[in-house]
Amino acid sequence: MQAFIRETAVAAPLEGRNIDTDQIIPARFLKEDKDKGYGRFLFHDLRFDEYGAEQAGFVLNQPAFRGARILVTDVNFGCGSSREGAAYALAHYGIRAIVAPSFGDIFYNNAMKNGMVPVRLDDAVVARLRAMLADTATAADRNTADDASLCATVDLEHTQITLPDGSTHAFEIDSFWRDCLLQGKDEIGLTQDYMPEIERLEASYAQRMPWLVP
Amino acid sequence: MPERKSETSPRTLFDKVWDSHVVVGRANGPALLYIDRHIIHEGSFHAFADMRRRGLPVRRPRQMFGTPDHYVPTHARDSAGAASPQIGRMIDQFHDNMAWGGIRHFPLHDARQGIVHVMGPEQGITLPGMTLVCSDSHTSTHGALGAIAFGIGQSESAHVMATQTLWQKRPRSLRIVVEGHRAPGVTAKDVILAIIARIGADGAVGHAIEYAGPVIEAMSIEERLTVCNMSVEAGARCGMVAPDDTTFEYLRGRPHAPRGAEWDAAVAYWRSLPTDDGARFDREVRIDGSAIEPMVTWGTSPEDALPIGGAIPDPAAMHDPQRRATAQAALTYMDLAPGTPLNTIPIDFVFIGSCTNSRLDDLRAAAQVLRGRKAVVPGMVVPGSGVVKQAAEAEGLDRVFEDAGLQWLDSGCSMCAAMNGDAVPPYRRCASTSNRNFVGRQGPNARTHLLSPAMAAAAALAGTLTDVRDWIGT
Repeated sequence: MQAFIRETAVAAPLEGRNIDTDQIIPARFLKEDKDKGYGRFLFHDLRFDEYGAEQAGFVLNQPAFRGARILVTDVNFGCGSSREGAAYALAHYGIRAIVAPSFGDIFYNNAMKNGMVPVRLDDAVVARLRAMLADTATAADRNTADDASLCATVDLEHTQITLPDGSTHAFEIDSFWRDCLLQGKDEIGLTQDYMPEIERLEASYAQRMPWLVP
Repeated sequence: MPERKSETSPRTLFDKVWDSHVVVGRANGPALLYIDRHIIHEGSFHAFADMRRRGLPVRRPRQMFGTPDHYVPTHARDSAGAASPQIGRMIDQFHDNMAWGGIRHFPLHDARQGIVHVMGPEQGITLPGMTLVCSDSHTSTHGALGAIAFGIGQSESAHVMATQTLWQKRPRSLRIVVEGHRAPGVTAKDVILAIIARIGADGAVGHAIEYAGPVIEAMSIEERLTVCNMSVEAGARCGMVAPDDTTFEYLRGRPHAPRGAEWDAAVAYWRSLPTDDGARFDREVRIDGSAIEPMVTWGTSPEDALPIGGAIPDPAAMHDPQRRATAQAALTYMDLAPGTPLNTIPIDFVFIGSCTNSRLDDLRAAAQVLRGRKAVVPGMVVPGSGVVKQAAEAEGLDRVFEDAGLQWLDSGCSMCAAMNGDAVPPYRRCASTSNRNFVGRQGPNARTHLLSPAMAAAAALAGTLTDVRDWIGT
């Protein structure tokens, strides 16, 4: 897993409440080989028309946001299906952090397992950030993706985000997940250190509730 | 941050089950939680690839069960009948993975095959007081039996295979009390749609729901399974109902339920699980169950549900700009105009099935409406398992559906997930007993209205969304 310490990148505003994982990756792509990359499936039916041509209006197709590595969206992002393909698609596309007032619980976990930082911020702050990004892109009719006025910095070490207007906002993430992300560390290896405790609980179940551990 | 309560203070059902599964607790952050059962379907190939890459075995294969459901053909019972050779290979690969892991599984030709969330309770694999996971969001279904059951991703699935545990943050608690009594013609599906409409698609994010109150207590297990199934559509981590005599009667004698003295010990333990008097919930919502009417969705989120007597809402009247924009986009996708009475919306297709509504009682409810009548639109009836199919046929329900002009098929997720070739054509409108009306869920540009099996059957007869109470003379 790729470690995450700090990321400064163009942030793309994506409007819509309750954007579900079916929108992030339609079901028909979930049988594909992960090694060939899922980035091309990201928001497929929003990004492309039925003939495979880009839909000009979709935010990631706009010149200013093509290189976005931070996504700024609305409440309950990633609700619905548990498909980890949604996290693969975002990560393979190059997204490193997602900012929203709230996330679907399963997606929140899947995102972290794929090296992305889900940043929960106050609804009003996120709405202001989306508006700021959209207004900046429209006003300047920009063609370059690296413009500092569209960039945000997600600093996982200090658990804060800096917006294009220079304001900073703290966000919360459990220290356990934060440490895993900072070190790019996988949980399975870590959990195996607790095998004696796991075996002790299993032995206790075998005594008290044998039907749990056949 | 919800705190772990001491074992002497009053605790909730969720507290008791969670606390007995904590391997390593932390004052702050996730706990290492023991997982009793892991159910698996053919979408699990990424997790198995991960295990093979790491060179890790399945640690406790006897605590896992598998069955293919998402991609399986409903017109055939072998992988050769799959919608494409690629899907056929996926189903074959699943069986290879089950053999590799030494995992008990029910393949297509086995009557026990079915939708994971129908199969688990039906086989007595799901028991009160358990923790159970599956890489499917509707795993919340199993909470109907008093288990903590939730959906996970592929990485978490590999973690469970390797360690039989998961790092999980303790969710906050939400009790939803449904008071009064259900009126005739009102089903469990209507109850859960009314709950989601009330609290919203994000209303229970980060929470474990306990459903309680007289309406829930009076429900059969099949009805409770329908309610808990859609907990995730309100954003909940899981949904639970306290185990009671209804639960024990349902489980007694099922193939994987305990037997003999072990059964007696289990029931004695299960009786200690219901929430103690005085236990505190982080939130509580009370709903008047007597006021719930047959429900139907109009938009592209399960929260967009209204009583069938209602009309399409007007986004212009919505105060919040984000809600207004989202509702407007939903109406454009659904091709519906504000003010249209719901019971005049014509439909093109009916789907009766899915982990929400494909059990025997669901099929009986639909058949009761259809018996001796003809559908005016095409439709599919897909039982939730081979066991359900056999039981339905023993009662002659297959004849009722076929005589009405609907297709009677083999079990699987079918048109709910639209991964197996069963899909609603573009721009067509489907009255569906499934759980998600998301954009493109039942096929690209397909339009979905969620409702109960009885309401779907009535819609098949009317050719429009309609109030089932006008068709069964309540």
